[in-house]
Amino acid sequence: MSNTTLTEAQRRGALTHPDLPQHSQVNRDILKVLSRPGGGWWALFGLAIVGVGIFLASWGWQIYRGIGVSGLTSPVGWGAYITTFVFWVGIAHSGTLISAILFLFRAPWRQSVYRLAEAMTVFAVMTAGLFPLIHVGRVWHAYWLIPYPNQRYLWPNFRSPLVWDVFAVTTYFTVSAVFFYLGTIPDLAAARDQATGIRKKFYSFVSLGWKGSDREWHHFGKAYIFLAALATPLVLSVHSVVSWDFAMGIVPGWHATIFAPYFVAGAIFSGVAMVITLAVPLRKVFGLEAYFTTKHFDALSKLVLLTSLIVLYAYLTEFFMAWYSGEPPERQMFWNRLFGDYWWATWTMLVCNGFVPIMLWFKRIRHSIPALFVISIFINIGMWFERYVIIVTSLSHEYEPFAWGMYRPSIIEMGILVGSFGWFSFWFLLFTRLLPPVAIAELKEVIPPAMRGKSKEVEA
Amino acid sequence: MSTSTRLVASFEYLDDCVNAIGELRKAGFSPRKDLAAYASYPEHHIEDAMGYGQSPVRVFTLVGGLTGTATGFALPTFASLDWPLITGGKPVLSMPAYVIPAFELTILFGALSTVVGLFILSRLPQTGPRVVYDPEFTSGRYGVQVDATGARLEEARTILQKHQPADLREGPNA
Repeated sequence: MSNTTLTEAQRRGALTHPDLPQHSQVNRDILKVLSRPGGGWWALFGLAIVGVGIFLASWGWQIYRGIGVSGLTSPVGWGAYITTFVFWVGIAHSGTLISAILFLFRAPWRQSVYRLAEAMTVFAVMTAGLFPLIHVGRVWHAYWLIPYPNQRYLWPNFRSPLVWDVFAVTTYFTVSAVFFYLGTIPDLAAARDQATGIRKKFYSFVSLGWKGSDREWHHFGKAYIFLAALATPLVLSVHSVVSWDFAMGIVPGWHATIFAPYFVAGAIFSGVAMVITLAVPLRKVFGLEAYFTTKHFDALSKLVLLTSLIVLYAYLTEFFMAWYSGEPPERQMFWNRLFGDYWWATWTMLVCNGFVPIMLWFKRIRHSIPALFVISIFINIGMWFERYVIIVTSLSHEYEPFAWGMYRPSIIEMGILVGSFGWFSFWFLLFTRLLPPVAIAELKEVIPPAMRGKSKEVEA
Repeated sequence: MSTSTRLVASFEYLDDCVNAIGELRKAGFSPRKDLAAYASYPEHHIEDAMGYGQSPVRVFTLVGGLTGTATGFALPTFASLDWPLITGGKPVLSMPAYVIPAFELTILFGALSTVVGLFILSRLPQTGPRVVYDPEFTSGRYGVQVDATGARLEEARTILQKHQPADLREGPNA
């Protein structure tokens, strides 16, 4: 057999995996992950369960006592909950970027990381979607957000960005979950074909009887392209709509046309950083070093670098426009951000998002996995503070000096923030045990097929 | 249909599989009716050998998407007329604002109907037991399946054997 034949993807410059000469090797390596819960996994899972406990206890207490247990009060009505909502929606974005946009652009390195990124998307939207429910306080009325015929003859106000958000986030969750599930079906069938006992029953059920027949692949390929083409404008629209929650208000520091692209770039920035944060331990714990190579991390960190430059440019534009506008409320707002009560949050944001990623210009840093892991953590922190700065500094310091006020998250809000990481990790860890964490079928497209003849092409 | 026999050959090499499909088609087996092929990943050579054209999934996407656009404009329009919120003397219907629900529902309905289309066209989900199947198809092997009876069955068997399959299974075509 000859391994010198090039697949179509490789001729386009796809990253080769020299350690993986055979297609069946991919199945063995990836499916091994599903059958081996190590001590490390159980430790992390235990930690995640504790996080979910903190989350439920904090939220339960808020439901029992009322929204007053949070630090939200006049003038700051949006605080840590909305910050964390935007944070998690932002995290979600890179998954669809990698799985849909880079799919359409035929980026040669996405095959290894996209399943991980897509799972991250689905679970991050699941986490984000809880925050509006937490934030509204009386969660038993949350279904009022949805337009439906009711005996009160009431309809939501479709001019409100909050209603747009309901449409955008529910669509995003549905489409990304469907896209994610559809992409895993062939890999679930692969898991089915080597599993036994109860696991075989489970994978038989979730793989829907997929056989890998020509008919299935033919329609699957086309459906996948259309889903990617639909998900691409969707991902750009969702964070634009989230940004309009702010930009449609006349609050100083919010009412700017730059918000949509600024938020989308920030979302991709934080999301790709989160992919790095998750991929580093995953490759270590499951021994997937051959699948997540330094080349993949190099490509991811270049994406981080690019989006960090866009985000830094947006920060500078905001400051410049505040000065250039000559508007006193705008000017005082941005002065207040840098040197006011929340200076520490603003400087955390600027250092983590604007200055720390500058290190990624150096190839040595991009090729050092521990360095990337640390930088990605800084970015995660910085992006949470970015939303905190945007939301809290603006609301605490609006037009009227007598209406200025300080906001501090309460212990309950902190508990829900910390617990949301537990909730996210809970699902993510389950995912690594139940679904193939690397796309088996797609990876095979970049590995040369086994050939009896020496010819570069199959005579067909 | 139920009287024919199903032959399933598993190949270790892609070129063997593609050549077997080519030879079977030359012998007069219809790619859609008598033949099927298996692979563990989307393999364009097999798709070409089976002679596929454009997939009709796209019709589902288009119809679903347009339905979504129409719904996305119709719902806010109806809701605003049903419960008018007049602000600043502006018109009751704010079309620019409705673009956003319309856009989101275009994507939502388009995506969901694409999946429905895929399931209908590729006959998923299949709950019945797989009669003749090689579990290696999802791992690395390529497969060719022929449904035939009598002399045609023997002809197909000869062609499949010629390309040195790693395994040749046979069973009733249920």
